[in-house]
Amino acid sequence: MNSSNRKIQEITGNLRLIWKEPLLFVFILAIFYFLLVFVVFPIFQVFKTSLIIDKQLNFSNYLAVFSKRYYYQPFFNSMLLGVYTATIGTIIGFVFSYALTRTPMPFKNFFRMTVTFPIISPPFVVALSAILLLGRAGSLNSFLTKIIGDYTIYGLGGLIIVETIAYAPTAFLVLYGILQAIDPSLEEASMDLGASRAKVFYTITLPLATPGIASAWLLVFIQSMADFGNPMVISGNFRVLSVQAFLQITGMYDLSRGSTLAMLLFIPTIVAFFLQKYWVSRKSYVTVTGKPTGATIKQLEWYIKLPVYFCCIIFTAIVFLFYGTIVHGSFQTLWGVNPTLTLKHYVEMYQVGKDYLIDSLVLSSIATPIAGIIGIFISFLVIRKKFIGRGVMEFISMLTFAVPGTVVGIGYILAFNQKTIFLPFVMTGTAWIIIILLIFRNMPVGIRSGIAALQQIDPSIEEASTDLGADSSTTFRRITLPMIAPAFFSGLAYNFVKAMTAISAVIFVVSGKWNLITIAILGFVDNSMYAQAAAMCNLLIVIVLIALGIIQLAVNRIGKGVRTIDIVA
Amino acid sequence: MKQNYLVLKNLEKIFGSGKESVKAVDKVNLEVKEGELVTLLGPSGCGKTTALRMISGFELPTSGKIFIDGEDVTTTPPNQRPTTMVFQNYALFPHMNVYQNIAYGLKIHRMAEKDIRQRTEAIMDLVGLKGLNNRSPAQLSGGQQQRVSLARSLIMEPKVLLLDEPLSNLDAKMRVSTRLEIRKIQQRVGITSVYVTHDQEEAVTLSDRVVIMNAGKIQQVGTPQEIYAHPVNYFVADFIGKANFLEGRVADILSQEEIEVDIKGVKHKVSIPNNTFSEGDRIFLVIRPESADLEPKKPGAITGLISQVIYLGSRMVYEIEVEKNFLTVEITNPQEHKIYSIGEEVSVILKEKSLHVIPYEEIKK
Repeated sequence: MNSSNRKIQEITGNLRLIWKEPLLFVFILAIFYFLLVFVVFPIFQVFKTSLIIDKQLNFSNYLAVFSKRYYYQPFFNSMLLGVYTATIGTIIGFVFSYALTRTPMPFKNFFRMTVTFPIISPPFVVALSAILLLGRAGSLNSFLTKIIGDYTIYGLGGLIIVETIAYAPTAFLVLYGILQAIDPSLEEASMDLGASRAKVFYTITLPLATPGIASAWLLVFIQSMADFGNPMVISGNFRVLSVQAFLQITGMYDLSRGSTLAMLLFIPTIVAFFLQKYWVSRKSYVTVTGKPTGATIKQLEWYIKLPVYFCCIIFTAIVFLFYGTIVHGSFQTLWGVNPTLTLKHYVEMYQVGKDYLIDSLVLSSIATPIAGIIGIFISFLVIRKKFIGRGVMEFISMLTFAVPGTVVGIGYILAFNQKTIFLPFVMTGTAWIIIILLIFRNMPVGIRSGIAALQQIDPSIEEASTDLGADSSTTFRRITLPMIAPAFFSGLAYNFVKAMTAISAVIFVVSGKWNLITIAILGFVDNSMYAQAAAMCNLLIVIVLIALGIIQLAVNRIGKGVRTIDIVA
Repeated sequence: MKQNYLVLKNLEKIFGSGKESVKAVDKVNLEVKEGELVTLLGPSGCGKTTALRMISGFELPTSGKIFIDGEDVTTTPPNQRPTTMVFQNYALFPHMNVYQNIAYGLKIHRMAEKDIRQRTEAIMDLVGLKGLNNRSPAQLSGGQQQRVSLARSLIMEPKVLLLDEPLSNLDAKMRVSTRLEIRKIQQRVGITSVYVTHDQEEAVTLSDRVVIMNAGKIQQVGTPQEIYAHPVNYFVADFIGKANFLEGRVADILSQEEIEVDIKGVKHKVSIPNNTFSEGDRIFLVIRPESADLEPKKPGAITGLISQVIYLGSRMVYEIEVEKNFLTVEITNPQEHKIYSIGEEVSVILKEKSLHVIPYEEIKK
């Protein structure tokens, strides 16, 4: 009885505090409203639609999951692909992060930049490059056919290669942070007590890193499941959920079946997300506060160093090969036939894709700052303020990151295709639906980096401000914001990159009036205009790099040097 | 009892290169007897931790040698050296409980489970951790964590035990009780130990001998009494305890053990074991606050004005201004003596037996 009394007192107490600051109260309500309309409602719509066949409530979609091939096959395929990619990707990520934190490898910065590069590149660049290299007209095709006989890049094998290159960097970033954060005196103590290098690794380093490894695995798994761009290009006959859902909705107009496929995609990813966030990260003894404790690097035996260096060099070479091919391919007159260098593809690409480029820039530039501001505000509320539903707010705002873009995209067209009680107008076909989609898709990253930055600020600093008479918004403006500026900008950078390279969700909401550069690239690929596609990819990469460079300059001006790429770990 | 159990010979460590290089440890020579507890004492950055890490094997010396029980271990990797270290932050393995932490080293050396259990229980008894086998480090207090760290190192029965500021993370009261415990255990087991600290009270109460370091160099090695009563230079005299310094010259050499110095016209006799001064040398007269008495102003003595009076119960601390110098004098049991007030003119009477002389140096304030 007492505890529930206390609970009520706590809640009313919190309400009273909030009531004293009406502006804050309004903001909290507004954010809840937006989250409800633009996050919960669309996802709910997908769920609802999967239960409706011919305008009637019907569970038969789900009952058919195990019997109908068009359901269980893509599901099984996506899961298989996810497991392969996650496993190989995590191994590569671990080898790299071990090399960079525990060995005296030279040129560490170079290797680190190379391994994180795929994160900022558009999602299907690697697939496109794979076609240029290993496709039927690929430059390595004849060479490889001599060695391994006939093969095709389209299908599971090709997808594994491509997705591993694309997503191993995610695993790397997580594991790099973990290995850096392990207190070096633990490994020293182990050695001090007589353990050999191998024993130190098996009894200390590995056990402490295991939750991080599980985290990395789950994150790569989620990314692989949600991947749309790469499978669109090279899945061939290997059907995966993301592509199938898209085809059902946009090609066959079978909303019911498409929604069911989307739900089949949703369930494993949300389970993996939960496992990662609420179970694995709780078991960790290592707190990644963002401040590396400076692991001491000691001399290693050659039989450890060489294989590790070798792996890193091979992977780096592959990254260079793939991205170099994109550049090279864009300048060749006709890939595989006429290798003379030309700029005509760029000209053509510009003529055809100019509008797409402008649309992308405009929409991303609008969405990014809004996402950044809302994101930082939510992280401030979640960390510093107490109110009912705080946990719910945090959870919902993370949801759009966990949920595959395909599901969100479908949800948006289902939700906003007609007037609803939430919005008095139809949003599909407008620029707004794209902007809002971009905002809510990428907001979680800004929130995570905001939360991380805020957790590092001693609350007593803000308390001092309040003590001297400032209200919440003044404290936020004058004290908190300047201190978290670097995290804010790195969140902006990531948001912009993701907005410019978005495809899996936005492909559902583009229209005749508003279109995106990534869709254009996909269009080129569909028409086998690979050189033009490559040219456009290069342009996109260059734009992203310029934007990152600008934001990094701004960050350097404002705060201490922060890595521009801030990954959600 | 072996004399040169741990020997550091011309040990040097240079970090960085060229203009950016830092000599953290500068030609250090030291001989530690078996069973002795020697403390490396000095301010932050003096090189004591670097020296310790070279003994443990976590830093490779730039030049010089390290011998343990006659064996050259300079380049031996840390996991093969007969040393174990108690880390400043304890470095307890968070994923193992107390028992597993302490037994870790023995497990690595593949000792039989039965023997491990016996030894672990015994050491836990010795340091006072009985019954805490299954606790995880996060569930222990600072003092308990420290003891686990000590037990984990002791159980290996190393030839040399190294302790890197093991008390700095404890609160003041714990520090005093824990350091006595450490000393007791060390003497009971008879283990040769090198202890690093910046706290001179700690060093003086714990050690058989103290090694005072500054800027990478050893300033003086000696027992706590030797260091306190006969510091060899300004740094040591100033670092250990409190001291007053008065400039002067050597007036006369009276014998091998006694000299006479001239401080502003007043002559004082000072006893010096093994005098190396000559007549006319510039010197500092080192006067500890307890080595002086106060009397009402009288001729032929150092005279000045009381500028501060601090009552500490068991002692009275007076600050006296003597010609732009400030002397600190402590009178124990003030109720038995005359009590002076600010502004009074007093004479400082030196107790000749506890005076000391060091060479004059330009002091940069």
